[in-house]
Amino acid sequence: MKINRRDLLAASASLAGAAGLGLTGSQPAFAQEPAYTPEAGASLRLLRWAPFVQGDEDAWLANTKKFTDATGVQVRVDKESWEDIRPKAAVTANVGSGPDMVFCWFDDAHQYPDKLVDLTDLGTYLDGKYGGFYDGLKGYAKRGDKYIALPLAAIGNAVCYRQSRIEAAGFKEFPKDTAGFLDLCKAMKAQGTPAGFAHGKAVGDGNNYVHWLLWSHGGKMVDEAGVVAINSPETIAAINYAKALYETFIPGTESWQDINNNRAFLAGQISLTANGVSLYYAAKKDEKLKDMVADLRATNFPIGPVGMGVELYQTTQAVVFNHTKYPNACKAYLKFMYEAEQMNAWITGSSAYCCQPLKAFASNPVWTADPIHAPYAKASETLRPNGYAGPLGYASAAVMADYVLVDMFAAAVTGSATPEEAVAQAEKRANRYYKV
Amino acid sequence: MPNPSGNDSPSRSGTLLLRFNNSRNALGFVFMLPAAIFLLGFLTYPLGLGVWLGFTDTRIGRAGDFVGLQNYAYLMDDDVFWLSVFNTVVYTFVASILKFALGLWLALILNEKLPFKSFFRAIVLLPWVVPTVLSALAFWWIYDAQFSILSWSLMKLGLIEQPINFLGDPINARASVIAANVWRGIPFVAISLLAGLQTIPVSLQEAASLDGATPWKRFRYVTLPMLTPIIAVVMTFSVLFTFTDFQLIYVLTKGGPVNATHLMATLSFQRGIPGGQLGEGAAIAVAMIPFLLASILFSFFGLQRRKWQQGGTD
Repeated sequence: MKINRRDLLAASASLAGAAGLGLTGSQPAFAQEPAYTPEAGASLRLLRWAPFVQGDEDAWLANTKKFTDATGVQVRVDKESWEDIRPKAAVTANVGSGPDMVFCWFDDAHQYPDKLVDLTDLGTYLDGKYGGFYDGLKGYAKRGDKYIALPLAAIGNAVCYRQSRIEAAGFKEFPKDTAGFLDLCKAMKAQGTPAGFAHGKAVGDGNNYVHWLLWSHGGKMVDEAGVVAINSPETIAAINYAKALYETFIPGTESWQDINNNRAFLAGQISLTANGVSLYYAAKKDEKLKDMVADLRATNFPIGPVGMGVELYQTTQAVVFNHTKYPNACKAYLKFMYEAEQMNAWITGSSAYCCQPLKAFASNPVWTADPIHAPYAKASETLRPNGYAGPLGYASAAVMADYVLVDMFAAAVTGSATPEEAVAQAEKRANRYYKV
Repeated sequence: MPNPSGNDSPSRSGTLLLRFNNSRNALGFVFMLPAAIFLLGFLTYPLGLGVWLGFTDTRIGRAGDFVGLQNYAYLMDDDVFWLSVFNTVVYTFVASILKFALGLWLALILNEKLPFKSFFRAIVLLPWVVPTVLSALAFWWIYDAQFSILSWSLMKLGLIEQPINFLGDPINARASVIAANVWRGIPFVAISLLAGLQTIPVSLQEAASLDGATPWKRFRYVTLPMLTPIIAVVMTFSVLFTFTDFQLIYVLTKGGPVNATHLMATLSFQRGIPGGQLGEGAAIAVAMIPFLLASILFSFFGLQRRKWQQGGTD
């Protein structure tokens, strides 16, 4: 039996919704289901980041094929290195031409909200039906009351380490606080199995690490009103802590980009770093690394003086550009992909790399399928947005894109600036974007 | 003879076509038109747009307002911008001199009677032929903080105890990116100068030899003056390529560590595209123009001094 477009639109949400309810066991009241009829002759182009886990791409493409089979709408899925998505999406927005949809990063959507199709009806519907989008992710996707994007996933980040080596360093279990963490890193260096975190211009790993350093000590780039507040005793404390940690690292982390810590860990040069779950799967793929896989553990970053876990996770959102000739087809496609059957298949295929955007999918079995997945499971729930504590917008995006925080810590830990000089420089650069 | 039908248009159009065909001005204009359209569309317009953007606060996705010299005023007070200017000048100056010296040396060797001359000339071109991104990736591995083949070799030889921090130390990082640029740029200089060397009549060298000139004097008073026009052109292009380099830096360091290798081109991109500040990014790019013009003027007026070429002293 062939399902036509109308059948699909009418039935997919209800079927998929039933599957979702099966997972949550609850009966949420959800907004009226929107119906999108793809424009005649519609064909779509989606630009997404190249997957880190093959199962992610396979599942996404399989879901896309199902959509095409059901509606006849062809969807071309292009992929680019994840670091190239931001500039390409920006150019697409600026010139008004290119892919219809993009999976962008962080607060990209807030840089060009006027260029994006309003997805409020779809976002509200999904939010109501699947237990709600996580607040942190929702903040990246909403501007005022409007959904300018649909939250797609948080890319979990966790400390990955070798259990045998922390035990050899005298630690039975991983320290829970920053003081214990520093002691561990010192001990690991002393026994020749050091840690390593990126202090180079690593868009993902570098930013994740330095935001944790800052936030765990109570520092913040801006206050609630968006006024630059980086120049504070808390920031200086974070820098001094970072300097002490840096002394324990393997040499060369000042030049590390995103891939370097993976290479060093897999080669056994470092025994502790932070990464997405892709590091574990890269080790698992290599027969020669069986022992490492058995010894590998993952946990969340330790808690600092601020007293709670505060981490930056990469977030990705689906945006639809105004220039698309087929906005309804785009919405129909996204709606289809977010319905439970497809979303669960994708989250499963992503092997814990992509953390669900909607609370109903938290019970996906992938999170309990492997103990390594556990620290990645709460990424969407616990993430703190990069513009903290101020509003998200072009300034928060630009501050991160210009590596203001990464440079501040790198300058101080390498000794090319004193902590005070590094903070003053960061304050000046941040003020440029926040327009003092 | 008058046209009995009174319809003289075919002959009139024939005359127009004939006149057009015989008009050097009209034909010249038509032949130049495609090039002019190309230049206007792909060079003049983007350049003009870039200059204009530098005077605005345009951001990605938002048309900007005219802000006069505000972007430039901010850059004047921006340490990172001045560091990028310093890096760019050092990078260009050192790399260009090294490329010239080594390229000229290589050209002189290749101009000698060597076995397998054509083979060696082809080999020399390889670094130039390989896409920059690929060679940059190769250098990325060569300079890797943990897995550098250079560090590994030196450690195996017992010369060093731990890997060299090629890209993590500001001085090392600058030297490393310059070395990568020199490796890539030498073939262009060498092959171009080799072409120039081959235009120098052998009879001049023979006459100088008969007059008792030493090899150095033949090089200094015959080869070098005859080669100077080529050197001027080659070095102008070499300086331009180096000054505007982007790919090597973007792949190797992205401007790090702590902006020690940020060039004006990479900073312009970082601020303009990922950072969304198109106006400021354009201002940084426009700030490169005076430096580029200065280097072009130096090459043309400094190196093409005819009296010097003819053995005078200027």
